[in-house]
Amino acid sequence: MPGPQPVPSAVEKIDARSHPRLLEGVGAGEFADRIFYVTMLACGLSVLALVALIIYELSTKSAITWHAFGWKFFFDSDWDPVNEVYGAWPFVYGTLVSSLLALIIAVPLGVGVAVFITEMSPRWLRTPLAFTTELLAAIPSVIYGLWAIFVLVPILRDDIEPALGKYLGWTGLFTGTPYGIGMLAAGVILAIMVVPIISSITREVMTAVPQQQREAVLALGATRWEMIRVGVLRNARAGIFGGVILGLGRALGETMAVTMVIGNRPEISKSLFAPGYTMASVIANEFSEATSDKYLSALIEVGLALFIVTIIVNIFAQILVWTVTRGTPARAHG
Amino acid sequence: MANHHENQSMIAPSISLRRRGMDFLVTCAAGGAVVLVLLPLGAVFGYLVYKGVGSINLAFLTETPKPPGETGGGMANAIAGSSLILLLGSLVGVPVGIGAGVYLAEYGRNRLGNLIRFTADVLNGVPSIIVGIVAYGLVVLTQGHFSALAGGVALAIMMIPTITRTTEEMLLLVPNSVREAAYGLGVPRWRTTLSITLRTATSGVITGVMLAFARVAGETAPLLFTAFGNQFWNWKVNQPTAALPLQIFTYAISPYDDWHKQAWAGALILIILIVFSVSAVRFVASRGMLKGAN
Repeated sequence: MPGPQPVPSAVEKIDARSHPRLLEGVGAGEFADRIFYVTMLACGLSVLALVALIIYELSTKSAITWHAFGWKFFFDSDWDPVNEVYGAWPFVYGTLVSSLLALIIAVPLGVGVAVFITEMSPRWLRTPLAFTTELLAAIPSVIYGLWAIFVLVPILRDDIEPALGKYLGWTGLFTGTPYGIGMLAAGVILAIMVVPIISSITREVMTAVPQQQREAVLALGATRWEMIRVGVLRNARAGIFGGVILGLGRALGETMAVTMVIGNRPEISKSLFAPGYTMASVIANEFSEATSDKYLSALIEVGLALFIVTIIVNIFAQILVWTVTRGTPARAHG
Repeated sequence: MANHHENQSMIAPSISLRRRGMDFLVTCAAGGAVVLVLLPLGAVFGYLVYKGVGSINLAFLTETPKPPGETGGGMANAIAGSSLILLLGSLVGVPVGIGAGVYLAEYGRNRLGNLIRFTADVLNGVPSIIVGIVAYGLVVLTQGHFSALAGGVALAIMMIPTITRTTEEMLLLVPNSVREAAYGLGVPRWRTTLSITLRTATSGVITGVMLAFARVAGETAPLLFTAFGNQFWNWKVNQPTAALPLQIFTYAISPYDDWHKQAWAGALILIILIVFSVSAVRFVASRGMLKGAN
């Protein structure tokens, strides 16, 4: 690359004569460059502005209930719009339980799929398998909800829940009438939606583990599973954990599919068969009906809490994934 | 761990058998996980086609919804409304997203760039329902009523971070020598970026845009209290507007059998529209027809 990058205007003029079409409208080069830079900068800054706007909107519009209830808002379980009493604990509880349930189901499946695709499947099957699992992530949430209402819920109600109640009823988690609709259905549909995230991140970090690690462990006489456990999973565990946390972030904020199957009742029950409510679904269901300022403020405060939690979870997950994929690739003694 | 080392030092066939057994079990478990994950995928698509195809008819594609309880009617206005909202969202989201991506790739090797990159990732993880609240506060409260515009703004906010990050990634794939060649000919930086760098990366950028489009096309939560829905035709930007995902939601949770059928049909149409628009634009992009932008 001969010469400095910002070409002097003298050269521009010479070139303009020999290639007039290419350099049309170059005359005010520096000025145009400046305008272009400022425009692009404005677009970039708009990303910052959007997040600032979200924080501003959520915090100012939830001020009424924040001043009225303080921290008690999140730990009080009385949600009574008629008497203007708001406690968001049933929603917080529902969000946490449904998301944890989803992770319990999705983590072994997601990691299993990733292990199969990267380490076990024949080469020709890898791309189609990866593509197909990723396809799960492309299905809109409302379609999952529709499917869950008419396919998943009847299966849960008629087959799975009675069986769970019979054999695991003693745990207290599977008691009561199996309606189908309820916390368990929400957990299962969330799990289906979270699996592709976990498996694609796990795949990414497993691929980042150097091939020599695998060869070294195999050379010691390990079986394939021992190689995966010692050589791959151990090196990638921070990143896998990051993927799990990223999945958690998705599950916490997921709205439509959960709203359609969780039953939408602000109750707290130990049994997973019972209906529940989540933070995202209460906003979805009640926001456009919220008639008083205080009601609206309560719903926006639920939104603010959800926003803060998902942001923290996502940042945490990003950091974990980075440590594996770009930071320290693989240490022999992890 | 200690146990493991002992196993390795002993050459007993029974232990070797146990290890091989374990290996076999894990292989089966991983294979089983794949089957368990593909099962719902197959079931979702299977049911969509099975239930949807039977319910799609001419009325569904040309008529507006009938009052609750009556059979017949269709989702034509919702399909049109979705297109309107998506168009509005893309009009705002695509240029801003690409612009931000250009900033990050061409000027963003600094602290501000890192901050924007990080913030874009944060914005990507914001639940869609929260975006709906913000669009409500921004547009609906200001205008005083629900509107297609509010829905468009919500979708634009969701498109921007995705497009920003993919555009940046695609622009960074363009080798620096190409930029230097342009500078060497005396082409100013803005012109290089627009006509050389962006143009080289066109198909990649378009893929990113389509990913963002496909993601927001099925979004329901941010439209609940922005576009709101409408039983009738509406082409006005500042009026409440029906949207296909909203209609699917309303019909799915309704008690009427006929509406359930229409919800399946709507879901099938939604998936087809998403797949069709994504592959159409990719096809056009791969043929280079959009590359002649100048």
